[in-house]
Amino acid sequence: MPHGSDQKLAIRVRGLVNRFGTFTVHDHLDLDVRRGEVLGIVGGSGTGKSVLLRSIIGLHKPDEGFIEVLGHDTSGMDEKEMRTIQSRWGVLFQEGALFSSQTIAENIEVPLRQYTKMSPHLMDEVAAMKLILVGLPLDTAMKTPSELSGGMKKRAGLARALALDPELLFLDEPTAGLDPISASQFDQLITDLQRSLNLTVFMVTHDLDTLRATCDRIAVLVDKTIKIGTIEELLKDPHPWIQDYFAGPRGRAALQRS
Amino acid sequence: MVWGCRPILLEFSQRWGNNLSYGTEKEARAWLSAEPQANALRLVLSGDWVTSEAPELDAALRGVKADKAQTIAFDGSKLTSLDSVGAWLLLRSRKELIESGHTVDAFVLPPAFAPLLETLERSEQASKVRRRPPPPKRNYVEAMGKGVIDGLHVGYSVFAFLGRVTVETMEAVVRPWKELPWPAFIKQIEETGLNALPIVGLLSFLIGVVIAYQGADQLARFGAQVFTINLLGASILREIGVLMTAIIIAGRSGSAFAAQIGTMQVNEEIDAMQTIGLNIVETLVLPRVLGLLVTLPLLTLYADFMGIMGGAMMCYLDLGYTFPVFFRQLDSAITLNTFLVGMIKAPVFAFLIALVGCLEGLRVERNAASVGRQTTRAVVEGIFLVIVFDAAFSILFSVLGI
Repeated sequence: MPHGSDQKLAIRVRGLVNRFGTFTVHDHLDLDVRRGEVLGIVGGSGTGKSVLLRSIIGLHKPDEGFIEVLGHDTSGMDEKEMRTIQSRWGVLFQEGALFSSQTIAENIEVPLRQYTKMSPHLMDEVAAMKLILVGLPLDTAMKTPSELSGGMKKRAGLARALALDPELLFLDEPTAGLDPISASQFDQLITDLQRSLNLTVFMVTHDLDTLRATCDRIAVLVDKTIKIGTIEELLKDPHPWIQDYFAGPRGRAALQRS
Repeated sequence: MVWGCRPILLEFSQRWGNNLSYGTEKEARAWLSAEPQANALRLVLSGDWVTSEAPELDAALRGVKADKAQTIAFDGSKLTSLDSVGAWLLLRSRKELIESGHTVDAFVLPPAFAPLLETLERSEQASKVRRRPPPPKRNYVEAMGKGVIDGLHVGYSVFAFLGRVTVETMEAVVRPWKELPWPAFIKQIEETGLNALPIVGLLSFLIGVVIAYQGADQLARFGAQVFTINLLGASILREIGVLMTAIIIAGRSGSAFAAQIGTMQVNEEIDAMQTIGLNIVETLVLPRVLGLLVTLPLLTLYADFMGIMGGAMMCYLDLGYTFPVFFRQLDSAITLNTFLVGMIKAPVFAFLIALVGCLEGLRVERNAASVGRQTTRAVVEGIFLVIVFDAAFSILFSVLGI
């Protein structure tokens, strides 16, 4: 176990710096994600929400800083350690990122094939179970991603992210592009799954309703760093962007419904 | 008595009456032990029932034979962890036992796992797990008929496309100031012509070298090495120059056309163009077809020149013919017709390559694999058509006596 790691934390980011040319996106950013919580990440366009997500899951190498996921420092990891940690998290990309040449069942079976020794029949059964778990009808198993609607693609992507029953789930704008009914169903699904699978959820989102419905705490990316708290705590923050976000017309409307 | 092995399947039913546990002694994290009592069976679950243990647990649960027991109890109070796969395995075997006429009188799990079980049970009611359907049997008569029909459809669409492109090309040629998208056309000339100069030039030069060397080698046996120049002139100008250029361009630009248009198809750019009211053939196909119609003849001319130069160099090195000697002999060997016979093919090949490249690009479906497949087809069909038409030209010229 590396120095100073805390069993109660799923993700620990310290002093993260990301630059693109001369433009600094993150300037010594610190972030703690507790185990079992749902954390929402918000911020204006270009504040580096996706870069933060990509830094944590190892798709982007930060310029400076230290990132620890599930108690392991991800910066100095070799291939094998990275594989182990990767099997303990699931990522849902914005458009689902399903493999277009494979059926939905095969998509879900990709991580199972990579990390377990299940028989093909058992994998089919598990894939079917995951489909039902995310609320998709069983006949989607044999379809290809191009035959699915946007909302179904996201559910199928979630089923693939959940294939190995990860401890940590990363969601990139899970409700973007969904109609309000599908979006609130998706919120409910995430809440249910989080509770029953005991997940830690790291969610980048713009959807105020999703934030209110699902998140325990919210991290706001402002001034190249992070302000974190519950909605009530953030409402008291005098920062103009945060005030505009939560106390603006849409923010008020979403919060009033709660 | 605890008795472990891995994998364990059928021994259980044979050793009915013993207490058995499943899993290896060393690395197993999850266990299932069956405790038979009078008319009853108690299944004790312990350890971590998680995804990584699923293959063994699945086998162990499938190995449970409960024929003699009427009531079955699941005791999971010693479970340390349970994930969705573990819970689903339990629910599946409970369901199967109930379906085969047994009574499950207890299903005890630690309260921490109640929400998971609830979620799974709720979704379980929605539908039941089925096996993957077997692949449909192939009926060869049906497959053959389908192949013919599909082939006819493709042929029809190729002819329709050919007709449309021909009409639009003619319109553009007749009224170029109005019908032709000039910037795209110029860009295509740069991409397919100017940028192809180094590769076409180098390969043609080397082909000239090779032909001259082989010709000199063979003809010298008859003392007829001077006819190497005749051989070189006729073969480069009539056939090799234009054929090599067309094949290089089919590989270079035909594939580029298919990949560019195909990627636009994947990004819904083609759909966007159609809704804005742009004519797809005019905006995408025409600049490429006309661009190649201009550049391929020019590239052929260049390839002819480079091929002859390669041959001239080899003749000097191998046979000692200086340039004046070489060109005097070449002049007597070929006529203007020799050159024109080669050049006349260039626009035809250009049209074929551009047409196939654009058509295959437009036939891309919205997935990544399709772009690769259609690009490959564009190149293969392009080269195929070029060679077929070259042969057709040869037959035509021999009939005409040119």
